[in-house]
Parts: sequence; C-alpha cells; structure tokens
Amino acid sequence: MSQTGAGMTLEMLEERGLRGIEPVEQSEGGTWTIEGATVLTATGERYGAGHVTVVDGLIQSVGSESQGGEQGASVIDGAGLFVTPGLIDTHSHLGVYPAPGARAHSDGNEATAPTTPGVWAEHSFWPQDPGLYRAIAGGVTTLHALPGSANLIGGRGVTLEVVPARGSRAMRFPDAPETIKMACGENPKRVYGERGGPSTRMGNLRGQREAYLQAQEYLAKWKEYEASLGGGGGGKKGRKPPVKARPSRDLDMETLVGVLQGRILPQIHCYRADDMLSMMQLSDEFGFKVRSFHHALEAYKIRDVLAEHEVSVSTWADWWGFKMEAYDGIQQNAALVHEAGGIAIIHSDSAVGIQRLNQEAAKAYYAGLRAGIELDEHDALRWITANAAWALGIQDVTGTLEEGKRGDVVLWSGHPLEVTSRPLRVWVNGVERYNYEREDAWSDVLIGQEVQP
Amino acid sequence: MMWALVGSIAFAATPCTAVVGTTAWTDDGIVESATVVVAGERVVALSTSAADVRLDGEGRVQWRGHTCLQIDGEGTHTTPGFVEVSSQLGVTEVDLESKTRTYDAGGDPMRASVRVADAYNPRSTLIPIQRVEGVTEAIVQPRGGFISGYAAGVQLAGASQAEAVLSWEAAMHVGGLEGGSLAGTLASLSEMLDDARNLRRRSDDMRSVMAASVSGASRADLNALYPVLDGRVPMLVSADRASSMEAWLRFADREGVRLIISGASEGWLIAEQLAQAKVPVIVDPLVYGPGGFDQMQARAENPALLAEAGVRVILSTFETHNARNLKQIAGNAVRGGMTPEAAVTAITRTASESFGLPSGHLQVGERASLVVWSGQPLSFASHPRHVFIGGEQVSLESRQTRLLDAYRTLPGTPPALP
Repeated sequence: MSQTGAGMTLEMLEERGLRGIEPVEQSEGGTWTIEGATVLTATGERYGAGHVTVVDGLIQSVGSESQGGEQGASVIDGAGLFVTPGLIDTHSHLGVYPAPGARAHSDGNEATAPTTPGVWAEHSFWPQDPGLYRAIAGGVTTLHALPGSANLIGGRGVTLEVVPARGSRAMRFPDAPETIKMACGENPKRVYGERGGPSTRMGNLRGQREAYLQAQEYLAKWKEYEASLGGGGGGKKGRKPPVKARPSRDLDMETLVGVLQGRILPQIHCYRADDMLSMMQLSDEFGFKVRSFHHALEAYKIRDVLAEHEVSVSTWADWWGFKMEAYDGIQQNAALVHEAGGIAIIHSDSAVGIQRLNQEAAKAYYAGLRAGIELDEHDALRWITANAAWALGIQDVTGTLEEGKRGDVVLWSGHPLEVTSRPLRVWVNGVERYNYEREDAWSDVLIGQEVQP
Repeated sequence: MMWALVGSIAFAATPCTAVVGTTAWTDDGIVESATVVVAGERVVALSTSAADVRLDGEGRVQWRGHTCLQIDGEGTHTTPGFVEVSSQLGVTEVDLESKTRTYDAGGDPMRASVRVADAYNPRSTLIPIQRVEGVTEAIVQPRGGFISGYAAGVQLAGASQAEAVLSWEAAMHVGGLEGGSLAGTLASLSEMLDDARNLRRRSDDMRSVMAASVSGASRADLNALYPVLDGRVPMLVSADRASSMEAWLRFADREGVRLIISGASEGWLIAEQLAQAKVPVIVDPLVYGPGGFDQMQARAENPALLAEAGVRVILSTFETHNARNLKQIAGNAVRGGMTPEAAVTAITRTASESFGLPSGHLQVGERASLVVWSGQPLSFASHPRHVFIGGEQVSLESRQTRLLDAYRTLPGTPPALP
C-alpha cells in the first residue's frame, strides 16, 4: 500500500492509526473448570453447586450439573464460593490520570480548546498505573478509559482488557468499537467561560452543533472523492468522470465522521434531565445515537424517554451535591431506570470506586428494594456486567457467562453483593490475571518501594 | 389555657420508648434479645429485668410506671448512632458554588479564634440525608489557613445552632503551610504556641509581649490556643507518610499538646508508636493505595493492623455529602480484617470520645443517639428503621426521599394538570 494513501478510502486510512506494534500475547492455558460454586451468569440464571468450563479462553459450558472437567483441564473447587462474569467499568480515568498523583500524570483533559475530537485517551493511557492491578483485584476485567469532561467533545475513549502490557494498544479489547467522549452542562462552560467560551449552556450546544455541521461537510467531500475513485480520469465523453483530488485529512473530523456513521459510540457526560434532552435533540438532528449518558444523576426524571430511545445510563450509586447539576441525585436512579425498561449501569469514574464496583451496585440495588422497586440479584449484577458491555458495544462477546463468550470470569469469596466479599481469582479471556493468594502486582511503580530503608 | 397547652405537650412527648427484643451493640459487647429503653435524652435500661422497668398486663414495657412507646425489635440490631468526624456538614451545600461554602473563614492564615460552628447551618439539606442512614453526630472541620480554627461537634438534628451544636471547640484544625514542608509547619506552629504561652504568662504586660511576638498571630488567636496548650482540646492534623506522623508525635511530646492524626495511610508501619502515644488516628479503609508519594505503603489492612496494635482507630468517609457511607466504610474495615464490633466502635465511641462528644454509646445512663437497623448494621441489606438523636426519634425523610416521592410516577414535578 502506498505510504501517501493515494487511492484509499477514509476508513482504510483510519485503520493505519490503529495498527499495533507490540506483539499481543495469545490466550494460553485458558482451559479449566470451576466446580461446585454458586454461579450467577448475569442472564438471570443462578446455579447452586454449578460449574463453568473454559476451553482455550472461551466458555464451553455453564450449568448446574458437574462437568467432571475437560480432559487435562484443571479443576478448581468452588464449594462455598460464587462465580460471576468479569466486571466492566464504563467510566474510568485510570491510566490517563494515573497514580501516584503527580502533575506530570495529568493526561486526561486536552483543555486547550473546547472541541478536540481528534485526541485519543489511548495515547495518554499509562499501562503502569498501579490502579489497574487494584481494579482487577476488584473483579474488573474490562474498563473504558475516557478523556475528562472539560471539553464539549473531549476525544476518543478506549475499551481495554485489564491485563499487563507495555503499551495501551496491546490492552485494547479485540474488536471493541471506538467511542467518543462528549460533555454537556457545567464543566465546559466553567473551563472555557473566561477563555473565549463557551460560557453558557447555549454556547455549549452551538459548539457541538457547529462541530457536527463541519463533520457533515467533511464526510460529503470524502464521499464525493471515494465515489470518483473508480473513475477513469481524462474526463472525455463517454468515460467515467475523473478521480477527484483527495481531500486533506482532519483528525477531529475523522472522529466525528465515525460518530455520524454509527461506528463510534457516543458516551456523553451529562447530569441534568434537560441537558440530556438537549443532547438527544443534537443526536437526532445529526442522525446518530447516544450510546450512554454518564453520571446522568437526573436520568430518573426522563427514564421513559431514555428507555424508549435505548440510551443506557452509566451512573453512581450515591454521588451527589458536588455541583449544582448534581444537586438532585438520588440513590434510586439506577433502579428507576431499570424499572422503566432502560439500561442501567453502575460506573466508577474513580480509582477507588473501581476497586469495589460490586459494592456500589449493591448500594444502588438495596436502595431500589427499599423504595419498593422490583429487582433481583441478577439485575444488580447486570448493572456492572452485561449492561456495561452493551454500552461499549461488546455485549456479544463478554458481560455474561454463556457458551461461546470470552472466559472473563471472577471467583468470589462470598456473594458479590455483600460488603465483605472479595474476588479470589480473576480470569481475562480465560487467562488467570489475579489470584488473592499471590499479591503479584504488575505495576513498575511498586517495584523497589519496599526495599529495606 | 396556658397550663393545658404545656400539659398536653409534656404528655405528647412520650415519657419513654422501648425497643423490644433487639440485638444491642452495647459498650460492653453485643447483647441479644435486649430491650433498650430510652427516656428523656438517655438510655435508662437495656433489659426488662432492669430496675424501674416492668411489663404491664399486656406485656408492654413500663418505665417508672409509664407505659412506653413500644417498638418491635424482632430481627433488628441497635447500635449507637454513627459519628462522621471528617465532614463539612452544615458549612457547605454545593461544593462548587462558593457562596454555599462557609467552612473557610478566609483572611489571616492564623485563625485559631475562628469557630466554624458560627457558620453552621442546621437547616442544610445534607443533614437529614445523612441521618436517615444512621449518622447521628458529626465533627465539622473548618478549612484553609495555617490554623483553620475550631472544629465543631454537632448532632444531626435541631433547627438552631444552640440545639445542634454539642461542642463549639471540639478540636483545633491545623491546615499547615501551603505547599511547604512539614518541617516549616512544625517550626511555625512552635513559634505560635510559644507566643501564646508568653502572652498567657505575662498577660499584665500584653503590649510588650505582642511586640515581641514572632508568629504574627493576633492576640485573639493566641488566646484561642490556651485550651490546646492545656491539652483540653486536641490539635487535628493531617499526615499520611509514616515519617510525617513520627515528626508529629515528637512535636506533640515536646509541646505538651494532644493530637488527632487524620489520614494515617501508612499508620500500620508505626502502629506501636501511635498506640504508645495514645494518639487517635482517622483512617479510610477505602484508601486507593499508592495514590501519592506519601501513601506508597497504604494498604487495605491498615485499620485492622492499627486496631490490633492497640491504636485508637476512628474510621471516616472523609466525605460530607456521603457521610452516610460510614456503614460501607466500616464494612470494608471488616473486609480488611477488623472485627465488626471494633469497626462499629471506630465509628461511634472512639470517634465521639476522641473529640469529647457525649454520643457514641449504648449504655445505661448515656445519651441516646441510637439507630435501630432492620438487620446486621454493616450489611448493605439493612437500613435504619428508627433513629434517635439525644433521646428523640427523628424523621426518616430527607430532600432525597421527597425527590423520589415526587418522581415515583412520571412526569414528576410539576404534576400533570387535571
């Protein structure tokens, strides 16, 4: 292929920006069976004394009867223990705001302009963040790392496996769709209010609409060019029109074009009900679909609309009050969204919260039950597994324990909705990446810190 | 008429309330099938065989001949109300709206004479939001400055400062030198304490003492330090690194002041020294881990290891809007190896005693700030059925329960026109 990309479509050119250079370790030793555990599949099934069998990284069978184990497969005694799918966090800044907290580690907001769709969280992500190991110690096998919310359009997020790697690209969740981070409400207008704007909510909307208008024009130019590619040149009578001059590339526009084409899933930081409605009007105007609202503390006020339009809600169990747009948060937000037929998700947005997503789901679950909302343990589990997988577009390969899905599995010491329970072992794509008995954290930050003082 | 009115109020306030058949987490341990009797502002009995208590013909608990309001405690647990010691309750409403924040007095960095209780708003919506989840008292800490001023002890009930504030001078909060090293903070603090001592010794010659003052603190601020000099009120300081705590312990010993150390992420490394110095520590079991270079040795087992070594451990959310998560915090301390009893003690008795508050107990004769939980108090599955603050049952409504009610059916507020 030509280095200059002559004759290539926009999608072909974009692919180049996604190639890896670090060899990715193939799944090895991913054949094992857990026997005798209580298995919660996140599909609504609970198998007492059940089993999960993983072969070559994929789930071969799940059920109540004993499997006896594959030939040569290691058998893990799960008696008295619980098994769930690996947890998925739709909102993390691990890697882009890594620990130890240091000014040099502040890589999450490209706060130099309100619209920066061309930046990628992946390029900020530091795989040595010790938080990654702590996240998997909490049962998280997949996380969605995002730019911060300073910008109207903050750039691309990235869906990652929680595995050790030397660069973020090798952590990429295979074939996960690209995502984009957008923000509405207070943050962009606070950050840019005295730096040229936007300084108001109406300014926010103008900024976002202008960006997508530009993207529409950019896409039209490329369509025209791509349509001419089969042309024969010359432009004489009876022949196809000539190949047009290739439009110049624009990284900001490329991301937005991906949104317009439905390839890139919009993840929008938004708190207030009316702000979310504004964002849905924006998406309607430009013909794309919001995949998930993040934080979304007032989702409960518009849960009917969100359910009808199949927009998921990534929220906390109980954060509220830190700013005006977070003043009306209630603990039943996720449960009410669920009750209305919507897709509720508990996210962390926190290096601490990601270590105990199961506890956050438990709080939201019991708050719902207390309010008389009909819920069961499977619903609460789906808030941190299957529904989160949906928001990231990876629901066909992970998020539940089902035949043919990836071996993303957590073995828990007790019921995951109990405060004292902890993951004992965690597998990502069938490979054991965490074992409570062996505290072998993989971050280089931790190396040598304990040397005899 | 006047007499009748007064009489009816006295009658309406039932003379006593009895929680019958609850599992009581008393100061002396867990007692099953207990009957907790509250009269006035105190716990007056913990069993039906106590003096002054008997059952009437219908099996109802009577205290000194009064039939008590009966609460069926079957399946419940009763603990002292939880105490959050690291809050800005009542002095903030919406953090990013500076006009709603009153915890930072501003101005002169030497602010020992500031009492944050003067800025306390007992009608803040945050207060019921915490108490409906079992938080009954709190320490309200001021912020900012080298010395921020006096933290307050409050009960999460009462419409006036006079009712709500239990202690106007619960601790002296030290902010430290902004961006400076601990060495500088300790040196400046020593100078200030020295000035206070000089002023006190030679109050007859105030003018020349103030002229010789090196700290630059005002007379009012130096005056305000006297209770600290006497060890009557502790200094509340922050430190995470083990060596920083070590320096604070040496400082306290040299200056003869009492300390409470907040943070203490690496406390387990010097647990014996902390125990020996009898310095309470305020810790968070949810601490991230190596979140900063002063927390490289932080670990989830910190509270358990500290408690085991005999350190006075206080657990805290370090949150204001979500001080209600004390239950989760304590649960995580148990996950890290603490016993449930020790974890509950750390958010009740140890918390209140360290700051000189009268709450945090479940014991005959003690102030009745209590929570009747629907089940195991540290389980996510349980919630408060009844909350008593200073002997009075408080409402279990909050702005958030009202929002839930308003939106239980859509379109919520404003209601649809008829």
